[in-house]
Amino acid sequence: MATTAQTSSQGATRKGRTGFKLSLHGRKVVWAWTFLALPIVFYCWIRFYPTLSAFWMSLTDWDLLRPANFVGLANYQKLFADPLFWKVFGNTFLYLIIGTPISLVLSFVIAYYLDRVRFMHGLIRALYFLPFLTTAAALAWVWRWFYQPIPIGVFNDILAMLGFPAQPFLRSTTQALPSILVTGIWAGLGFQIIIFMAGLRAIPSTYYEAARVDGLGDWAILTKITLPLLKPTTVFLVVFSSIGFLRIFDQVYNMTTNDPGGPLNSTKPLVLMIYQTAFSSFQMGYAAAQTVVLFTILLAVSLLQLWVMRKR
Amino acid sequence: MRIRTMLAGLAAGLSLMAVTAAQAVEIQYWQYVFETRVTAMDQLIKNFEAANPDITVKQVTFPYADYQTKVIASQAAGQGPDVLQFFYGWLDQFQKGGVLQPLDPAMFPSDKIESDFFPIVSAVKRGDSYYGLPTAVRSLALFYNKKLLDEAGVQPPQTLDELVDVATKTTKTDGGGNITSEGITLDFGGQDHQWWREVLVRQFGGVPYDADGNVAYNDEAGLKALEFYTGLQTDKKVGLAGFMDEGQAAFKAGLAALTIDGTFRLGAFKPITDFEWGVVELPANADGLRSNYASYFANGIGSGATGEKKAAAEKFLAYITSDEAMKVWLDVVGELPARRAAALTDANLSDPIYSPFLKALDYAKTTLFVDEAGQRQNAIDMVNRVFLEGQSPKDSLAQAAAAEQAIIDGARQK
Repeated sequence: MATTAQTSSQGATRKGRTGFKLSLHGRKVVWAWTFLALPIVFYCWIRFYPTLSAFWMSLTDWDLLRPANFVGLANYQKLFADPLFWKVFGNTFLYLIIGTPISLVLSFVIAYYLDRVRFMHGLIRALYFLPFLTTAAALAWVWRWFYQPIPIGVFNDILAMLGFPAQPFLRSTTQALPSILVTGIWAGLGFQIIIFMAGLRAIPSTYYEAARVDGLGDWAILTKITLPLLKPTTVFLVVFSSIGFLRIFDQVYNMTTNDPGGPLNSTKPLVLMIYQTAFSSFQMGYAAAQTVVLFTILLAVSLLQLWVMRKR
Repeated sequence: MRIRTMLAGLAAGLSLMAVTAAQAVEIQYWQYVFETRVTAMDQLIKNFEAANPDITVKQVTFPYADYQTKVIASQAAGQGPDVLQFFYGWLDQFQKGGVLQPLDPAMFPSDKIESDFFPIVSAVKRGDSYYGLPTAVRSLALFYNKKLLDEAGVQPPQTLDELVDVATKTTKTDGGGNITSEGITLDFGGQDHQWWREVLVRQFGGVPYDADGNVAYNDEAGLKALEFYTGLQTDKKVGLAGFMDEGQAAFKAGLAALTIDGTFRLGAFKPITDFEWGVVELPANADGLRSNYASYFANGIGSGATGEKKAAAEKFLAYITSDEAMKVWLDVVGELPARRAAALTDANLSDPIYSPFLKALDYAKTTLFVDEAGQRQNAIDMVNRVFLEGQSPKDSLAQAAAAEQAIIDGARQK
């Protein structure tokens, strides 16, 4: 909200300056639209057209090899009757429900305290941001080796040193999903911290000064000033990270390549199921139906979050 | 208008140039990217072009993960290759999609193929037609780490009982009971599922599939075979699935005494300098029965090749499946020749590394997968249910058999 206020005020000043030269302003608008038209046409062609054709494809039995036949809602019937789909559906929501709150709380706490640190501030911030710059595949492989059993797994070596029993991590149907999620959270943390810090910096310091003068404590300042004024940032990050977790793929695929989405499908998210249906079974129609379901979920979750956050 | 005329003229000129330049037919050969395979093929193409100046062969490669998709997608677009390499297990998919055309029996007579090649070549035969021919074949063997075996004072195992004995004596554990060096690697997603399916099930008295291709391992023999395999971890504790991430990694690092792997692993194990390793045939059962799993990539002719392109493609296919080509392939890639004459030479048979693999080719079986990835995944899940969820081998076997039969039935309906 702070940012929209800023841009509209900038727009107002610009209008003021060019108010007397309407023709120039008009020409600017025409030029702007000329330049904008290209990406818009490109975007429609590269995004909306394939999206619409995916909807159509989901009603066919296309398998790349033979011409597609219209099969109505058969793919959706098959999907909702498939126990694997419900397992994968559950996994996808576990990634979302565990991943989003933890990553947001964690990144807010880090951003909140990092904002107050002056000593080596830049270096610490860079260190947190580094994983975000790293290729997801490389990151996933490093973590995959961290989770290995004795003698090469770092975590298990530490556990053994402290006298705890070794944990199976990725080789367990219960621990594998959280283990992968940790990597996912870690990978996105840096970005969320930076956004939160930008949000914190955008809060005018006069509010804090006034609060201090009035004798408010840290907790009261946090809950009465910081959090309410951070709401636009929080909304953005909630939506952004939810979409990220609903679409998780890289980490899962790279950490379980020997048995993608395993063991026993315990870590398989919807996107991986789509990938396998399309590119190892070549059931394009069925995969398209899964894509439509994912699209619907993403849309619903995003709209729901926007609505919930706006009401408050 | 003028531009169009110019373009037409240009196109005509170009095509004329192409014709007059060498009067050559250009055919495309497709395979997936694997450095030594690409090098070997370059060499074969060079030899072939020298002998056939009127034909040029263009090698096109794709990463393995995209290869099948590329072939199928290009077929859909009507731009498929003239000669292509395919895994024998993909044949049904490719044949139904019209990617391949049957080999002309006049050029490749069936009786000649059957007498010259190892019996596993039958896996690319449908009805009376062959759809391709292999250059090289792969089989499995038991790799052993000489250093670890010497330390334990044992010899490479020849039977399943000896295998358990050797694995037990070479397993090392730490104070907490964690394995620090395996007796035998357990990696069902690697080659172990083939070992179980085509070797262990047979050695315990069963067959994996019946004559009609239906699942037949859900019986006493299949159960005993599965119990033997899972028992290596749950009962004997001589290996741990997931140890060092992959079985081959554990062996390569010198942290496994035994591992079952294929000819294609020779290249990865060759650079090992920390210890000496050797190869023996897969262990026999108490009655001396041996079995093995062999597989191969065959070369077939694309359905789009007609007329002179087809003639050129046939010539090229004949060359890359000749004794001479197989020799090159063995030297460069390290894979075994698919023709008896090229494979069973004195030099190969006396080679300590090649001979165990070669001996296996006479009794090896080839699984007729309908959905290789799906059936492999099903086998991995079967073992994981026992290892990770504590399901009894009997129940897990029954569940796997039902699921695999469903995959097979599904493929038949298409």
